[in-house]
Amino acid sequence: MAGVIARRARKQRAFRWTVLIVLGVFFLLPFLAMVEFSTRDPQTWPLLVNWPELSERYPALSEGILASLLQASLTALLMLVLLVPTAVWVRLRLPRLRRLVEFICLLPLTIPAIVLVVGLAPVYAWVNYFLGGSSVTLVFAYTILVLPYAYRAIDAGLSAIDVKTLAEAARSLGAGWGTVMWRVVLPNIRSAVLSAAFLTVALVLGEYTIASLLNRTNLQVAINFLGKSSATMSVAVSLTALLLAFVLLLLLSLLGGRRRRASAVEAAPAVPASVAAKESPL
Amino acid sequence: MTGVAVHLNGLRRTFGTVHALDNLDLSIEPGEFVALLGPSGCGKTTALRVLAGLEDADSGQVLVGGEDVTALPANRRDMGMVFQAYSLFPHLTALANVSFGLSLRGRSKSAGRARDMLELVGIDSFADRYPHQLSGGQQQRVALARALAIEPSVLLLDEPLSALDAKVRVQLRDEIRRIQTEVGTTTLFVTHDQEEALAVADRVGVMRAGKLEQLAAPSDIYLTPATPFVAEFVGLSNRLPGTVVGNEVEVLGTRLPLLSPASSASVTALVRPESVVVEASPTGTGRVLTTSFLGPISKVTVTVGELLVVAQVATDRLGSLAPGTPVEVSLAPNPVALA
Repeated sequence: MAGVIARRARKQRAFRWTVLIVLGVFFLLPFLAMVEFSTRDPQTWPLLVNWPELSERYPALSEGILASLLQASLTALLMLVLLVPTAVWVRLRLPRLRRLVEFICLLPLTIPAIVLVVGLAPVYAWVNYFLGGSSVTLVFAYTILVLPYAYRAIDAGLSAIDVKTLAEAARSLGAGWGTVMWRVVLPNIRSAVLSAAFLTVALVLGEYTIASLLNRTNLQVAINFLGKSSATMSVAVSLTALLLAFVLLLLLSLLGGRRRRASAVEAAPAVPASVAAKESPL
Repeated sequence: MTGVAVHLNGLRRTFGTVHALDNLDLSIEPGEFVALLGPSGCGKTTALRVLAGLEDADSGQVLVGGEDVTALPANRRDMGMVFQAYSLFPHLTALANVSFGLSLRGRSKSAGRARDMLELVGIDSFADRYPHQLSGGQQQRVALARALAIEPSVLLLDEPLSALDAKVRVQLRDEIRRIQTEVGTTTLFVTHDQEEALAVADRVGVMRAGKLEQLAAPSDIYLTPATPFVAEFVGLSNRLPGTVVGNEVEVLGTRLPLLSPASSASVTALVRPESVVVEASPTGTGRVLTTSFLGPISKVTVTVGELLVVAQVATDRLGSLAPGTPVEVSLAPNPVALA
């Protein structure tokens, strides 16, 4: 009997490792290929970290990088300014609209980017007319694009606290709505807000379709353009962007993990139960 | 600190077709502790929330200290509130929670006052703990300290004990009364627990369908209920058929004075279990059905013909009242209400 169990355990272990190795190879091989390819020209990586020379040699690339960084930070900002107060307000005052708001926020997920662009093109004709053709104007389209992810993150954060009671308690203590948001709600959904912001940044840094079809520039458009003149450099930049997104998502999961651990530690009594019972009558 | 008077005048509030408040009038004297009691959905919490400014009334007036505050938002009403749900800010320590309202008022000595308040509610040793490190009772104590720290003109307690277990409940209930007497803040306490309301309040208001049925001292509410609803809702009552004879009603062969005039000759009287006297007797018309041990006193259920009568007896008499024992049932001549 014991032999059967041991054999089964061995088999399961072997199966687990096989899956892990196959998946590892599947994901890592392209990365290794990219590293190998981008190091064929020894100039590539030193040039990538030498910003003045990079922007001189590949002005379109540096412009794309700056545009993407600006788009990512502005999109995150606009998303938070729009979404956090809306989500809080819906929970406090319009709970019946919650399903509708959720549905609207999830819509962009169901519409392919190419269809979205078809709809956005006439809108952007007006944006061009009023605000010009700067690539920063993509922030509006990106804010819509990140809504599903950001809304989910923020809504999950709000579900974890009793927003209504906390807001009412703060109001009865003399807090105006601004104070309620800034000093009571935001500190309690901080990690949800950070998650939403990180997801936004990761998404915007990887966006190509909309920027390309609306004739604007960003990192991905620049990489595609660069691929035509310097293949090694374009691969090196792609790899860097991938790693950056990877680090962001890793930070995100670490943040969630730390929060879970922290609450697990804090939930345990800080003093032995017997001592606590003596200290307090309740 | 002395309290201020509170007047709710003709408050109306409807939710769809439900009248949560139906022309409610309520006056609270300065420094008084009033409890609003009633079944769920009777409008007691709505009344408290309208007073707090967390809910708007459709019509009516809220006066605090003679000043009309009906149109003022909650944050400018100067009221301390303790909620049924745990409402401490999770990201702040107990001390920071208590200081929150003080810091909004720009008080420089807020930390000192916050500590004093935690001492008042008896948990100053937990000042640096976060809410999730505190028990339910401790959290409600901090919430009470937080509400009192801002020296509110009115203290509002919205079923603050209902999430706690029985023993903690009684302890904290008595302590709330002690603290209220000490600081003298006018207090409105909402509860569905009659024992709680009768035990702590100066006056108890019994509410039903958005209206106040009776507002009186706890003993008056219990002994001379103004309406059948109050008589039935507060305390346990037997519903026994009776015949009206002048100003009295004859129930189980005993004549009892009436609290209010009867409209017909044959009525249902509401008789308290402590007014029912049960004596073991071989020729008795009743039979003991069940007995329940409740500590120093016990409950005995007796059948008299078709009727079920609940009596309250001293526990040391339970030995002679085993189920099946024939008993004689009589009633003490206390005034009764009619259903």
